[in-house]
Amino acid sequence: MTIFDPMLPRIARTRRRRRDGPAVWTLDIEMAEGGPPAFAPGQFNMLTAFGVGEVPISVSGDPADPSRLVHTIRAVGPASTALARLGPGEVLGLRGPFGVGWPMEQAVGRDVVVIAGGLGLAPLRPALYRLLAERERYGSIVLLYGTRSPEEILFRRELESWRRRLDIDIEVTVDHAVGDWRGHVGVVTTLIPRSAFEPSSTVALVCGPEIMMRFAIASLQDAGVADDAIYLSMERNMKCAVGLCGHCQMGPVLVCRDGPVFRYDRIRSILGAREI
Amino acid sequence: MANSEPVVLDVDGLSALFEALKRRGYRVVGPTVRDKAIVYDDLDSPADLPEGWTDEQDGGHYRLLRRDDRALFGYVVGPQSWRQFLHAPRVELWHGTKSGDGVRIEADPMPSEPLAFVGVRACELQAIAVQDRVLMGGAYVDPHYRARREGAFLVAVNCGRAGGTCFCVSMETGPKATAGFDLSLTELLDGDGHRFLVETGTDTGQAVLAELPHRPAAAAEIAAAAAVVERAAASMGREMRSDDVRDLLMRNLEHRRWDDVADRCLSCGNCTMVCPTCFCTTVEETSGLTGAESARSRRWDSCFTMDFSYIHGGSVRSSTRSRYRQWMTHKLATWHDQFDMSGCVGCGRCITWCPVGIDITEEVRAIRGDGPN
Amino acid sequence: MEAHGLDRILREHRFFAGLDEESCGVVCGCAKNVRFEAGEYLFRAGEPADQFYLLRHGRVALEVAAPGRGAVTFQTVGEGEIVGVSWLIPPYRWTYDAKAVELVRAIAMDAACLRRKCEADHDLGYEMMKRFVPVLVDRLQNTRLQILDVYGPNG
Repeated sequence: MTIFDPMLPRIARTRRRRRDGPAVWTLDIEMAEGGPPAFAPGQFNMLTAFGVGEVPISVSGDPADPSRLVHTIRAVGPASTALARLGPGEVLGLRGPFGVGWPMEQAVGRDVVVIAGGLGLAPLRPALYRLLAERERYGSIVLLYGTRSPEEILFRRELESWRRRLDIDIEVTVDHAVGDWRGHVGVVTTLIPRSAFEPSSTVALVCGPEIMMRFAIASLQDAGVADDAIYLSMERNMKCAVGLCGHCQMGPVLVCRDGPVFRYDRIRSILGAREI
Repeated sequence: MANSEPVVLDVDGLSALFEALKRRGYRVVGPTVRDKAIVYDDLDSPADLPEGWTDEQDGGHYRLLRRDDRALFGYVVGPQSWRQFLHAPRVELWHGTKSGDGVRIEADPMPSEPLAFVGVRACELQAIAVQDRVLMGGAYVDPHYRARREGAFLVAVNCGRAGGTCFCVSMETGPKATAGFDLSLTELLDGDGHRFLVETGTDTGQAVLAELPHRPAAAAEIAAAAAVVERAAASMGREMRSDDVRDLLMRNLEHRRWDDVADRCLSCGNCTMVCPTCFCTTVEETSGLTGAESARSRRWDSCFTMDFSYIHGGSVRSSTRSRYRQWMTHKLATWHDQFDMSGCVGCGRCITWCPVGIDITEEVRAIRGDGPN
Repeated sequence: MEAHGLDRILREHRFFAGLDEESCGVVCGCAKNVRFEAGEYLFRAGEPADQFYLLRHGRVALEVAAPGRGAVTFQTVGEGEIVGVSWLIPPYRWTYDAKAVELVRAIAMDAACLRRKCEADHDLGYEMMKRFVPVLVDRLQNTRLQILDVYGPNG
């Protein structure tokens, strides 16, 4: 009898690789056999650099485009560095997709505020593709994106093209800037009170470093957005991605199994606890 | 489902049980004495059992002592548990070979030899039930665990005495085995001889029993077996109020006691290594010198290591305080949220094998405020 | 006419929202309309802080010149917000540069004039403080977040 083994990777191959900031690379990959697995915005895959290791990486591509599976990787450890170096045609392993993604259906008919910090824009990009593809199903759409410096802005060309659309408000801010940057400087939370959305009918999708998310939640609450309308994508040390290894526990939840996207009111009590 | 009247097996009958299990192709594993402790290992016959031994256990204390009889199961649990066979400390997951410009991945073979455990205590049956839920009860099943677990034959033994750190009565997991076994034994050693009252839990158990020389149990023997278990229940070395413990701990995540226990805890991870329900694992990647071969294996991990919660930027739980709190709140509180049951079975191993004798029952009392501070 | 127009602008500016008519009139006596072209400086570090600005249009970059790095912008301020708090406390000197990123229209408040009026009328002074302290607290909070460098290599 063959038992499905969730720990067994499938073989994939890099098609294209492009730089998306200092030490950040976006890989388009394809499966060696069969089509790419369908994914929901906010889900992640476990990518293997053979002989080095495996890391969880959010899918950052368009969920409606089955021809390529896109991941944006920051080279920080041995495995992510090896993955970020893979050139066209090179082989990697893939397990997934895993986890609970963004609440695209719950957001239908409501204003959507997307708040991204740093690399947190990558897991949110599939949600943005979906929002724009099905634009008429949603109210106002606002993207507030904060990052470290103008050089580190992800998906710059895409943001610029989206900015030309009249049906989405995009504000980008950086922590500090030198040179000819003419945009906002300051933390992303400063953009929240300046944005046009109706708090009582808004769904907020937030992804970024945990501290940034805590501040963003406070600003959203100040603006009048309810706790049960705020969704966060959490990062923990995921090893198996299927709820079996215990690594990604965050109090009562297993981030890989119950998340990575959580409704804020459901994790409120543990998010404030230190070292949980 | 078997539900027949209890029968009696004598010591020769126990030998016959070993033979019957081996005849059916089982690898028979059970308690034996090694390195001055009761460990679980391959057994050839009841002669390998720790005859005439008992143990003395307390916080950070374990000694084997001689009994004044020839009891085969006169001790309680040692440092090991059945999880080392079901949820092996190290498992090879797959190996990959470069071929041309691709990689071929092959799953490593699963074990095919069925296991028979002899001498599983009630708390350990519950620990197996807990791991069944964790590793086979969710959306994803661990095929390695399942390959070992399915088809395993469990011979339970009801405890005749409690160890110094036992608290199964508090956790409602013992001392009598009530479910999850194929056969259960209660050792009787009195003026009428050395024998075992046998109850059957499954049809497989019934079928195996049918191959053994046995006789119906007398009413007095049934009563004697009940008295054995009652004696154990009355002699628990520890107790812990468990009905309110989940909310108690979650309400007290910032209690001073966590600082106090952090001062004593060495963060050695012994408690996680001896705990029969701990299931956490990590994966390791190895590759040959040429890079043509790579392999991934899985091994037990401990939430007491710094790497355990490492994410980009550092460990989520960098203090001993937070790591002890994680372990204890997981066992007693958040396990309920994650798996709808307690992660503690009251076996007492974490107390006995803690080098500084940290006692989970005492920590709970201190947090509740009804114990010595 | 000019004063009347300023009075209306002041009253409609977010910063003075809810200020009573009388106080508005008093404050208005210290105000004037100003305009800066893109690239022009509102003020530079070290200069006396003799005015502060209520922005009506455009964006202002607050910069610190860092050796070897040129001018580093640590904050931008936009419509409805204020530029400058150093006028409140001695030695009334700017500690950073403020540069118009684009065409900026603003109301400049004469600091000495406003300080004098606040000193004479503590109720007015308290109203001003209630408006400036949250700006300071917000900026402190945001600065903390920036110091953490949450998107940085160790963030």
